[in-house]
Amino acid sequence: MDKFIVLLLVGYVTANTQPGLRQNRLGTEVPSLGDTSPGSVWPQPQSQTSTSQTYPVLAEKFAFTYTSSSFRCSLLDEAFKRYQMLIMNAAARSKLHFRPRAPYTITTLDINLMAKCEDYPSLDMNEAYSLDVGESSTQLQAESVWGILRGLETFSQLLWQTETGEILANKTNIIDHPRYSHRGILLDTSRHYLPLSVIFDNLEAMAYNKINVFHWHIVDDQSFPYVSEIYPDLSRKGAYTSLSHIYTPDDVAAVIEFARLRGIRVVPEFDTPGHSQSWGKGQPGLLTPCYSGDKPTGSYGPINPIVDSTYTFIQTLFTELRNVFPDKYIHLGGDEVSFACWQSNPDINNYMKNLNITGKYNELEQIYVQKVLNISGLIGFSYIVWQEVVDNQVQLKDDTVVEVWINNHPDEELAKVTKLGYRALLAAPWYLDYISTGEDWMKYYLEEPSNFNGTDAQKKLLIGGEACLWGEYVDGSNVTPRLWPRASAVAERLWSSKDVNDVTKATPRLHQHRCRMVKRGISAQPLHPGYCVHDWGNI
Amino acid sequence: MDKLGWLIVSVMLCRTFANTQSDEEFGYVPSLGDTSPGSVWPQPQSHTSTAQTIPVTIENFSFNYVASSYQCSTLDQAFKRYQGVLRSMTSHLRLKFRPMALQVISALDINLMSLCEHYPSLHMNEAYNLVVKEDQSILTSGSVWGILRGLETFSQLLWETATGEMVVNKTTIIDHPRYTYRGILLDTSRHYLSLNVILKNLDAMAYNKFNVFHWHIVDQESFPYVSQVYPDLSRKGAYQANYVYTPDDVAAVVEYARLRGIRVVPEFDTPGHSLSWGLGQPDLLTPCYASWSGGKPSGTFGPINPILKSTYRFIRNLFIELKEVFPDSYIHLGGDEVSFDCWKSNPDITNYMKQKNITGDYAKLEEIYIRKISEICEELGLSYIVWQEVVDNGVQVKCDAVVEVWKRNKPQVELAKVTKLGYHVIITAPWYLNRIQYREDWYNFYQYEPTNFNGTKEQKNLLIGGEACMWGEYVDGTNIIPRLWPRASAVAERLWSAKDVNNVTEATPRLHQHRCRMVQRGIAAEPLHKGYCIHDWGI
Repeated sequence: MDKFIVLLLVGYVTANTQPGLRQNRLGTEVPSLGDTSPGSVWPQPQSQTSTSQTYPVLAEKFAFTYTSSSFRCSLLDEAFKRYQMLIMNAAARSKLHFRPRAPYTITTLDINLMAKCEDYPSLDMNEAYSLDVGESSTQLQAESVWGILRGLETFSQLLWQTETGEILANKTNIIDHPRYSHRGILLDTSRHYLPLSVIFDNLEAMAYNKINVFHWHIVDDQSFPYVSEIYPDLSRKGAYTSLSHIYTPDDVAAVIEFARLRGIRVVPEFDTPGHSQSWGKGQPGLLTPCYSGDKPTGSYGPINPIVDSTYTFIQTLFTELRNVFPDKYIHLGGDEVSFACWQSNPDINNYMKNLNITGKYNELEQIYVQKVLNISGLIGFSYIVWQEVVDNQVQLKDDTVVEVWINNHPDEELAKVTKLGYRALLAAPWYLDYISTGEDWMKYYLEEPSNFNGTDAQKKLLIGGEACLWGEYVDGSNVTPRLWPRASAVAERLWSSKDVNDVTKATPRLHQHRCRMVKRGISAQPLHPGYCVHDWGNI
Repeated sequence: MDKLGWLIVSVMLCRTFANTQSDEEFGYVPSLGDTSPGSVWPQPQSHTSTAQTIPVTIENFSFNYVASSYQCSTLDQAFKRYQGVLRSMTSHLRLKFRPMALQVISALDINLMSLCEHYPSLHMNEAYNLVVKEDQSILTSGSVWGILRGLETFSQLLWETATGEMVVNKTTIIDHPRYTYRGILLDTSRHYLSLNVILKNLDAMAYNKFNVFHWHIVDQESFPYVSQVYPDLSRKGAYQANYVYTPDDVAAVVEYARLRGIRVVPEFDTPGHSLSWGLGQPDLLTPCYASWSGGKPSGTFGPINPILKSTYRFIRNLFIELKEVFPDSYIHLGGDEVSFDCWKSNPDITNYMKQKNITGDYAKLEEIYIRKISEICEELGLSYIVWQEVVDNGVQVKCDAVVEVWKRNKPQVELAKVTKLGYHVIITAPWYLNRIQYREDWYNFYQYEPTNFNGTKEQKNLLIGGEACMWGEYVDGTNIIPRLWPRASAVAERLWSAKDVNNVTEATPRLHQHRCRMVQRGIAAEPLHKGYCIHDWGI
């Protein structure tokens, strides 16, 4: 990641009179927010210089054109279409179609892609870009297609609409790159099924926030919506309903493609050996039978680690997953394994006696996880695991990523994990399924991931974080407003410079960003009393 | 309130339901599918059903008045709505299966035993009897409002089998509400709510047998109500020119609610909570003075100015208009949270109080204001509701006034006090649904027993109901519906059903079913817990 930081922000006069007027007439007791901070960028770029000089933008015929030296890319051609729509959308509902006389009207954005197109985003992708809205031309330049994608998003956010309906951009120079390379959102499609349209909406919102990983917690205890071609009974018997609450191979491919076009990686999680009740419905013999005395109770525990068939199954399933999911990484889970069922099972206890690990169930877990990691590695997966795997002293590949989620001193866990030399992801402070009254985004925003004891080398092993929206209490009816704009706070923490951490300064920009998302069709909830020029349902 | 002691025979017979997913062997997976089909929410006072089901033909289902019945255009419209509701329940049929049955229900007979009434009121009669059996199904009531409630109940009795057949159990229901006032407060000042969101919520209210829409239409932040007498109030006090409720909009809301047996009680909260009023009505608010402005007006404003005659002329003119616009005999006058700071700073106020011999007693000044407002109401023939502070400040209110208890600190003490003074009271303190927390907070709403306060039987009878309040600071069209439903449904059952219907374990599958029913009817009610509906949102 680039290390230069030039932070220079010049405020400019906004042309929106209403909120100011309201405050002038009645004092500061009215905290209402209208569309303040138009044309501000979220997450804030590493370096942005803007002046009050504005240029009109010709939205209807706006074009993206490659410079002569630029590489070309079908992925970008698709992106141009999307951003043409967004720019037209920004101009929608103009009160006046006013064509001003101006020294320079922005009609095109010149694109300079300085390296060959890439097909799939990856952990190592380069997202840096520079953007110049100048007196005679407007140019976006990057060394990779992913940087161009991020720059297109930034450009679209620079545009704002005056009260008379004119679209403007301020003279601006931006040099930008992300602070962290893994900026994820976890959605859980097991506790509740999420329809494809909802997943797509959220991928759009992720792109608007420069989030680059969709951590798809696709299966869990409650349901198994992933349709495996090799083991079709997993979803046939493990999904909530086998007809409508599933993700077919076509669905999964559509999600991956939708994400790829936006520079978003799809990292699927197949969490074992715990969190796997739904697996057992379609795969008899996979789960550990629980006993009461010497009789099976009919209920089941974690995946059975002592039978060979378990590992044959995992290897076969993961070979399929390797073909279905293009990302190098898979998330193997490994969290919250309950030992009660293993303790009750006489076969398990015999096995452990033979291995001389009687009573040490965490060692049994370690044996299981080690085998699954080895299988994954052989198949060609790199992997992410929840922190318990490291806490249980499992040997991991060098490129393993450890996700820290337990909210009891995550700083100590980060110190420990990075000291062992593993790369780390922070999720603990960003469990967005926990809700409370008021503006909890401030707390997410103020969390500083690098606040843990460690050397510079250790700090560099922290590669990012994730906002997790576990699915117990959300489904298609409420997931989008619950996630946005709260996850936007995390997006800025992970993209922008460390010192961009003042909630007072962030508030009008985040309000503006929320209004922008609403106008683009994302039902992001309000921050505070107030309104958007184009509120939800009044667009 | 109807004082008949109805016999409470609540016999809910379990029936087998063809849920393909057997959860038994996974005892601790708490997932909820479409359990308790055909259960009624809120639970009727007396409900006897048998396991015997009778097929229902949906396509040409009809509602027919019996020969002796009165007829009513409100009901004719309701019949059309419920035909639509019934059709929507079959829109996802897996099989169009027409069973061979000796008896099929294809009509519900309606017996309205008195003349049609036009507007619902505090004293409306909502009792009804419903009998569903093979040869004749009949809904009987002494008033149009009872028929409306019974139609809702009938629509909830229908359920779809796994093979797609619509059936209903043989059933007898004798029902009436426990409380006559069952309200939802929506706040259209902190955020504007579009008309379609308000209408959607009125639909949901009808599905839950709520009968009052408490429309907190204006407040500090914005004044969206378009007054014809004082058009500047919204012209200058609304967030934006399009964030207003025109006379046509208000009439549409009142009419939509009327057709569903829902009263619309508007709140015009004064003398506090009125900053937005001042934008369009100069000199209405008290100018605040400050030392930093050299003993001169500081440019900020406080509560409505109680010492000017012009204030009362204005209120009187406005209220004359409101009486024409809102047909309900009640208006909510507010009267809560009056801050005295500004009054204290104002020398004219201080002089006035000196002349009245009430120097320093600002509660007395507030009382003078409220008394004058209530006198205006009495003169105009408006009955009124006030927040509890009005009584706490010792104001004598009219005998048909209703006092609303909202403060969460010992509401039972306030209930005892207000009823001892002989006033009617409604409770909202435990039901501020804008306050959110992680997990199933509906349990708390559900288990709050309103009559748990010290008082005589006469005092208890003065408690006429309650309200679920959704204050608008953090909700707008993006999130208000899933935040309100099904949490407000818990309050609906508390206020309609018998006191002893208070077991959350028994309520859970019924509430889940009710939530799924709302989702299928187009209300984005959020999930209670892990699980699914057969027809989930967005599928």
